[in-house]
Parts: sequence; structure tokens; C-alpha cells
Amino acid sequence: MHHDFIDRYSRLNSPVHRLPTGLKLITALAFLLATILLPAPWIGGFALIAFILLGLAAVSRIPPGFLASRLLMLEPFVLGIAILSLFQPGGGKIFFLLLVRSTLCLFSVLLLSNTTSFADILRVLKRCRIPGLLVTTLALLYRYLFVLIDELERMQRARAARTFRSSRWKTWQVLAAIAGQLFVRSTERAERIYAAMCARGWKA
Amino acid sequence: MHIPDGFLDARTLTLTTGLSATGIALALWNLRRILPPRQIPLIGLTAAFVFAAQMVNFPVAGGTSGHLLGGVLAAVLVGPSAAVVVITAVLIVQAFIFADGGVLALGANIFNMALVGTIGGYGIYWLVRHVVSGLRGQLMAAAFAAWCSVVLAASSCAAQLAFSKTAAWGLVLPTMAGVHMLIGIGEALITTLVLVAIAQTRPELLAEPLPVNGTHAFERLAFGLLIAIGLSVFVSPFASSKPDGLEHVARVQQFEYKTAEKPIVPAPLPDYLLPGIRSPALATALAGGLGTVLMFGFAFLLARTVAPKQEGSNNR
Repeated sequence: MHHDFIDRYSRLNSPVHRLPTGLKLITALAFLLATILLPAPWIGGFALIAFILLGLAAVSRIPPGFLASRLLMLEPFVLGIAILSLFQPGGGKIFFLLLVRSTLCLFSVLLLSNTTSFADILRVLKRCRIPGLLVTTLALLYRYLFVLIDELERMQRARAARTFRSSRWKTWQVLAAIAGQLFVRSTERAERIYAAMCARGWKA
Repeated sequence: MHIPDGFLDARTLTLTTGLSATGIALALWNLRRILPPRQIPLIGLTAAFVFAAQMVNFPVAGGTSGHLLGGVLAAVLVGPSAAVVVITAVLIVQAFIFADGGVLALGANIFNMALVGTIGGYGIYWLVRHVVSGLRGQLMAAAFAAWCSVVLAASSCAAQLAFSKTAAWGLVLPTMAGVHMLIGIGEALITTLVLVAIAQTRPELLAEPLPVNGTHAFERLAFGLLIAIGLSVFVSPFASSKPDGLEHVARVQQFEYKTAEKPIVPAPLPDYLLPGIRSPALATALAGGLGTVLMFGFAFLLARTVAPKQEGSNNR
């Protein structure tokens, strides 16, 4: 498993990481709602939220560089949509407001996802009576995503080792064949997983 | 087209969350009836597959690349109800772990991609499939449906942004739909090529989609109704006799045009308007219709080109 880098800081040990998951989920939701519902002229409110978030980030011992780089990586998606708001009367003000709101929201979610392990979130979802099939699907997705990405990379490496020169159309066909093969392997893996789950006493 | 948090207002968030929750409940309820326990892990693995397949970069031109979205592909492979759960799970993990798409906006993203994109796309696949037979028909239907699903989801996303007064309807719809009419071509190509690859190695996976593919007439009706309600709510303020929803808002909110900033670029897609037609709305509709017809022909040609030539592929 080479791909657990994306949420590796969710397993740190800090006062924020040790808080109960439900509390963290509710707090994050409260921050998101506050950011969205806060009327535009209350700049102090936005500053307060940013201040609290930065404080939490400091206590959580997540490297600030990591948080900043994740934020910068995600910002282009925000800008892409925000730019559309410029082309209308009063667009400048709306654009700025959107940027502040979405950046604060992004920061809240980044903090949540880097201080809480996904398995804990799933446990809370299960307690909240989210249907079992959806929780099982999410758990399997999270568990096998990294396995499948590894498998995908192995296949791509094998292809790269055997292809010297290729037209673009051939490249597309080969990449699609790899994706198709990944699905075939996923169905076979699903069968093995079912057998393994039954062997350990799992019931639907 | 993942909408981040902060772009939709409380009204839109509430509406889309309600619609998506109903849609997911409907899909789960349907699956509980038709899905054998043996195939429960398959849904999770298909979700992981879609997520991983989205990471394969297809080179386009000049160093850019595109990737699969996978709604129609999942629906063709495991059936529509399972595909709704699959795409929903992918969106939830993307929102919580990768912060790709908002957490509060999850309802909107699930509505656009898992309901409008996947169920809407599957509906189109189902229709075309009944007109053209054989593996070739299946590929053509998938190609056309994949394109439609991307354009439909993008239009729904545009409608929600306009409904939240984030962007002007007259701009955001042509831009989103126009860009995604191009992205959709890539989605159609990838979906078809992946299906061809599966048909060549394990044809039986395509012959009978894995979880039993049955939907009740009731469920089809309910899904259709849900999507129709959502879309009509988001689109209705703009389809009225008023030329532009935002102008109405401007009048109500009393910010006047004299003080308003000039738009930076007058028309972002001047080529998008067909010459000789005055009304931008009509021109947009015509351009959209023309694109759809062209794509239908393209899907037909694509299916003819890439369908594997093997005996017995016509008698299904």
C-alpha cells in the first residue's frame, strides 16, 4: 500500500485528534453552516472563524506546509467556478465573498479530514442509522481504493515497459483496456472478499 | 463539476439535500429487493474501481489530459440503482478525504452526478438500446448516454449556481454546457473503449449486468419524477417571461445598472451563438440541439469502428 499519503495525518496524536468523532463532525458542520449563512458585511465574523480554524490547526500538530499546499492545490477548482460570477452586475463583490466563503469551508473540511480517521466517521454514520449497504460500500471503497490504485499502477508500469512508440488513438485504447481489466479484476476480487467475509461470520 | 462549499445558498442546499436523500433511499430500497447478498461486496469494489479509473489520465492535446467520470459506465456494468450508490459513495469519499467538492454541497453534487447524470444517462442508454440491437447497439447507446449524462449534469450544476444567484443564468448555462459538450466527447470515447475492452475479455459481464438489472415501473417513475421536480424547481425562475432571473433580482434588491460594474468580457463564447439568430436563448437551444444530433451520429460511427468483430455479437 503506497497510497495512504492523502490522509496520513489523520492518525496523528494531538488534543484535536483525541476529541470524540461525533463532536468533531458536528463542529465542522457548524463552521460550514456559519460560513455560508454569515451575511456579507460581517467581515469580523469571517475573521473570527478564520482565527479559530487557524488556532485548531496549530493545536492539531499537522504540518502547516502540508495544509497550505493542500489548500493551494484545491483553490483552482474554486477559482474556476468563482470566475463565472464576475460576469454580472456587482460581480466583483460576489466574487470576493465566494472566495472567502469557499476558502474557509475548504479549510474546515481539510482540518476535519486530517484530524479524524475515515473509519471513525463511518462508525458515527452507522450509529446515525445510515443504511448498512451504503456504510458497507463506503468502507469497502475506502479499504480497497488504495489496493486498486496500486494494481492500476502495476498494469500501467507493465504497459510502459512494453510500449516504445504509440499513436494517441492506440494510447487511448490501451489505457481503456487497462481500466476494463481493472473492472474485471475488481469483480473477481469482490467474489474472494465475499467468501472471506462469510468465512468470518458476516451476515447481510 | 464538483461544486465546492460556499457557492450555494441555504435554500438550494436544503432542496438538493432533500432530493438526493430521497434518491439514495429509493436506490437502496430497490437494491435490498433485487441484490443477492453474494454481490454486496461488488458494489463497494465497483465504487473503488470508478474512483481508481478516474485517476487514469487520457492525453488530449498540448499536455492536457482528461479522465473518466464513470456514471454511465457504472450504470451499464452494475445496473442503475447500484450505480447511484456507487457514485454517491465516490462523491462522499472525495468530499471527506480529498476535500474535492463541498461537504454541505454533497447533496447538490449527488443530485447532479449520481441522479441526473447516472439515472438520466442510463435512461437514455435504455432508450437507444431498445432501438439498436446487438453489442454495437449497446456501445452506441453507451457512447451517446455518456455524452448526454455529462452535459445534463453540468446543466443541472449551472442551474443550481444560478438559482443560488452565484452566477448569471444567461452566462453560466452556455459556459458549463458548452465546455462539457467537449468534455462529454472524451467521456463517450473512454466509456465505449472500456466497454469494448471488457467485451473482449469477459463478454458475459456485459451480457447480464451484474446485480440483477430489474427496476419496477414504480421505481423508474419515482426516479424520473425526482429528477424532473429538481430540475424544474432550479430552472423555473429562468424559464419565465422575465428575460433574466438576475435582472428581476436586481430590480427587487434595487441595485441599479448605472452603478453596476461593466462585465469584463461582453460575450465569453461569441462563436457559440449561431449567426442570424437574435435571441441568445434560442441560439443556445439551437446550438445544444445541433450538438446533440452531431453526437448521436458520432456515437453511431464510433460503435461501428470499435465494436469487436466476433461471431454471435449480433444475436442479442
